[in-house]
Amino acid sequence: MNKETRLTWVIKPLVHAVSLGPLVWLIWLGLDGRFGPNPAEFINRYTGDWAIRFLLIALAVTPLRGITGMAAVMRFRRMLGLYAFFYAVLHVTSYVALDQYFAWAAIWQDILKRTYITVGMLALVILTALAATSPKAMVKKLGGRNWQRLHKLVYVAAVAAPVHFFMMRKGFQIEPLVYGGIAALLLAYRAGAWMKVRAKARAADAGAQAA
Amino acid sequence: MIIRQRPLHPIASSEITPKSLFDDRRAVLRTLGFGGLAAAMPTWFPTQAEAAWRPAEGKALAGTPHAKYNANVLGEDPASFDVVTTYNNFYEFGTGKGDPAENAGNFKTTPWTIKVEGAVEKPGTYDIDDLIKAEDIEDRVYRFRCVEAWSMVVPWLGVPLAKVIKRLNPTSKAKYVYFETLFDPEQMPGQRRPVLEWPYKEGLRLDEAMNPLSLLAVGVHGQVMPNQNGAPIRLIVPWKYGFKSIKSIVLMRFVEKMPPTSWSEANGREYGFYSNVNPNVSHPRWSQATEKKIGVNNVFGLPIRQPTLMFNGYEEEVAGLYKGMDLRKFY
Repeated sequence: MNKETRLTWVIKPLVHAVSLGPLVWLIWLGLDGRFGPNPAEFINRYTGDWAIRFLLIALAVTPLRGITGMAAVMRFRRMLGLYAFFYAVLHVTSYVALDQYFAWAAIWQDILKRTYITVGMLALVILTALAATSPKAMVKKLGGRNWQRLHKLVYVAAVAAPVHFFMMRKGFQIEPLVYGGIAALLLAYRAGAWMKVRAKARAADAGAQAA
Repeated sequence: MIIRQRPLHPIASSEITPKSLFDDRRAVLRTLGFGGLAAAMPTWFPTQAEAAWRPAEGKALAGTPHAKYNANVLGEDPASFDVVTTYNNFYEFGTGKGDPAENAGNFKTTPWTIKVEGAVEKPGTYDIDDLIKAEDIEDRVYRFRCVEAWSMVVPWLGVPLAKVIKRLNPTSKAKYVYFETLFDPEQMPGQRRPVLEWPYKEGLRLDEAMNPLSLLAVGVHGQVMPNQNGAPIRLIVPWKYGFKSIKSIVLMRFVEKMPPTSWSEANGREYGFYSNVNPNVSHPRWSQATEKKIGVNNVFGLPIRQPTLMFNGYEEEVAGLYKGMDLRKFY
């Protein structure tokens, strides 16, 4: 089996299976009656956790390539980002359907008035835009530069999601800060890479002028 | 989606040996191996004579039914024992709703003393059995409303706080009563994290404390208070958000000035001293207009959502306490 077939026929299905694991486990917990007295809360917390986790996993792909030099991992970046979107949609759906019972007026008030929900919704809107423009055809349609600019918004979502989580929790709680810290590291990596590129360009400029 | 609610404990909880008793028996067996029966005696026979009203957790506790506050008058079914004891906010044992049930099993509530101090004629450190008289215990079914916009109907057993306060004789300087929860990170793993500034602090204005609704609860669902619900003694002020109803109380201090409370200390913009249930004043994080009623499910097996009542439905009893006060300002 060459590398290409292995990627397409073994590794990719494996990543799909692992990514769907949390959903399968959630369904199992439900069938086994383990959601507790407030199933909406259980499902909402669970899917929210996995939305943030997949967002951070997707954001870790580029640094992983940079550090290890494994170019193949880039093939899974879009897919992992789409799973973040998938769990985020389940998260919001559980809030709309299971918690609020489609009380749209109350939901709209929540979005406007509760800052943590506003921030969460911002992340969802961004992930929706990125998911909608994720097919290759959309890259062509938008043009590479515009597409890249648009997809830089994922950095905003990477900040918004842990902030949303931290604000939702009562008191001073560690767990959201752990996610926030990981997001900060992943963003710092990009800032570092960007500064290196700029320094190189400057050096090249100076070199060209000297010559 | 069909959500099958399997009972969490297929064995009736009355059939389960309480963990403390189990551990005691183990200790006895261990000791027998080494020091014989004599050495085992102290663990087998508790040094502290247990009051009749306070057997080990999981045992029956009876009270006099209160004519006005029973399930029939309220017209609402109490949440089951399983629900009441598995869905708890008790951050001393973890921030998840299931954490207290999981982590409070070994919490030691015997012996238990409560320190009484401040503007009071009879200060001192009281054994819980001297403060709570078996004949004073009443059955009271109350609505319980959490600030997180969920509610439960809970059948408590307890003594009116006013009865206890009257026996302690507060002086004229006592305008507020301040409470503290036990601080013991060894037993309360949640206190090892800086979620709040421990110990947990709460307070009531003295007239609120003297209101006939205010209860020092020592049991629930006809049983001695389970650890995860705030054993051995907790406050219940049903017209206020649940966090006012401080658990595992070890201190009562009568003071002249409004005391600090944990949640208003942590975030004064979101949690005020009064924290009366009020559907018209929304919390920055939760609209308080409606509530999820835990333990009462719709056809999909999910808790129903119902409008929240002013003062949690106890307006008649408590509205007078706040006459002329702007409840938007004094939230």
